Amino acid sequence: MGTRPRRRLSPRAWKVLTLAPALALFLLLTLLPLANLAALSLHEVEWLDREAVWTWVGGRNYARIAEDTLFRAGILNTIVFAVVAVALQMVIGFTLALTTTRITRGRVFYRTVFILPILVPGIVIGAIWKLMYSFDFGVINQILLLLGIAPVDWLGDRSLALISVIVVDVWHWTPFCYLLLLAALETLPRDIYEAAEIDGASFWQQLRRLTLPLMAPALVVTFVFRMILAFKVFDEIYLLTGGGPGTATEVISFTIYRRFFTEDQVGYGAAISLATIGVIAVLIVTMSRVATSREAAT
Amino acid sequence: MTARSDGPVAGGRWGTPARHTALAVFAVLVLFPFAWIVAASLKNQIDLLMGRVLFTPTLASYVEVLFGRTSDFARNFANSTLVALLSTALVLVVATLAAFSLYRLDWPGWVLSALLAWSVIFHMIPPITLAGAWYAMFREVGLDNTYLGLVLAHATLNLPMALWMMGVFVRDVPRELVECAQIDGASMGQVLWRIVVPLVRPGLAAAGILCFVFSWNEFPVALVLSQRETATVPLGIGKYAQENTIAFTEMAAASTLSIVPAFVLLLVAQRFIVSGLTQGALK
Repeated sequence: MGTRPRRRLSPRAWKVLTLAPALALFLLLTLLPLANLAALSLHEVEWLDREAVWTWVGGRNYARIAEDTLFRAGILNTIVFAVVAVALQMVIGFTLALTTTRITRGRVFYRTVFILPILVPGIVIGAIWKLMYSFDFGVINQILLLLGIAPVDWLGDRSLALISVIVVDVWHWTPFCYLLLLAALETLPRDIYEAAEIDGASFWQQLRRLTLPLMAPALVVTFVFRMILAFKVFDEIYLLTGGGPGTATEVISFTIYRRFFTEDQVGYGAAISLATIGVIAVLIVTMSRVATSREAAT
Repeated sequence: MTARSDGPVAGGRWGTPARHTALAVFAVLVLFPFAWIVAASLKNQIDLLMGRVLFTPTLASYVEVLFGRTSDFARNFANSTLVALLSTALVLVVATLAAFSLYRLDWPGWVLSALLAWSVIFHMIPPITLAGAWYAMFREVGLDNTYLGLVLAHATLNLPMALWMMGVFVRDVPRELVECAQIDGASMGQVLWRIVVPLVRPGLAAAGILCFVFSWNEFPVALVLSQRETATVPLGIGKYAQENTIAFTEMAAASTLSIVPAFVLLLVAQRFIVSGLTQGALK
């Protein structure tokens, strides 16, 4: 790489100047805020005339986390939501991808349809499903009525609300899992399967011995990618249930929003923000480790 | 039709008609909520509440949403367009320069690894956790409730994705091409503008469309950083759900309108979106 000729305009200057904007954004708007959160989390903060008044409280904000039932509900619901929703999306998406690899007619149409939900604002997806779930006039209860089934309070029933929210997420993201896994399936070498066919391997044997091992990287990537997004869930739930009824659909982003902004507990909000980042980092690293080794074992 | 490979697992024991049906049912399930919300937006309140399937379409909800005296939606739409365009332009410039710098200007390996690792970690963090800190910081420098604050925040949120995508495309620009141009006396600026930028244009399109759409859709950070004057489309729709008596047909009309930009982009630039989404996720 020493072949690069010296230019009249200092290459060093170019090198630094081209990277500087990205570095500045990362330093000022990601690292500095994290440092800011760390500092805030050790204080109690009050706003007086746009002037922040910080009072040192040491680790008291972190000590409070253990007693915060809302935070505990938020973390638990987020994990249940993410695991169940992503598992369903992976299973349905992969099954469908396996059964439709041969289909060539209407590819562009189908791809357009399946990309659409990803490009729609989460808040709009919440609005659409809030109307569809409506107890009085929602289309889902109307269909039930036609079938002679009593209407269901999909979002207002404590035991149903989280499931209803998961259904929305499955509707939202299964098409994307399908597209990613289909794209990966179609790059698999065809000749191995022909050989397997000649050797008389059954469909299930081909799936277990060939497809799953070959698809492992794509499956892991799709899984981790979805998990990361599932942990961030906020928009749909904000509109669908606002975390309710009670704490039935309280997710962690919601708890943070409530504590930090609605209740203006800036110091404590910062503490749970950092705690959440910690929990998510640990969960995602563990899960992708487990997923990778599982897949490697098959 | 080109002779596509048949695909590895030959659809199990299902016949072709069964598989076509499965795919068609899937597509209908995905499309149904959109069709229903568009229908709801064209109903009057009574038709919606009565659940009428046959109704006389009316544009009253759209008129109310766009021109009603109590509706901020037109303003929200303009705000979203402005913020999404500016943050996309910013993030494309920053990401392209950084990708060129990292992949073609001989930075030590650890700089590249550190930046990519950090962008992955940052990508995992829920935006709402940083929104609090952004709010506090912006408030101290007077950037809260400004377009600039929102533009900077959205550009930062989209930077990791743009950086990965532009990195993929910049890596495909042959080093020899860059070096030859320099030997021929081109300045670094000319190399960047005349050689690199034209070659990564598909990447710019893909990253640009996705950054625009994601900025347009972004909710929690906008919720924290903006008030009425700078409120974006998702905030406008969120507001409908907060009111005591929800104007359902207007919420449906606003929802339909807010999907239009993404829908148009999907129709005219599908190949860029596909390459962007698969690249963003799989590379």
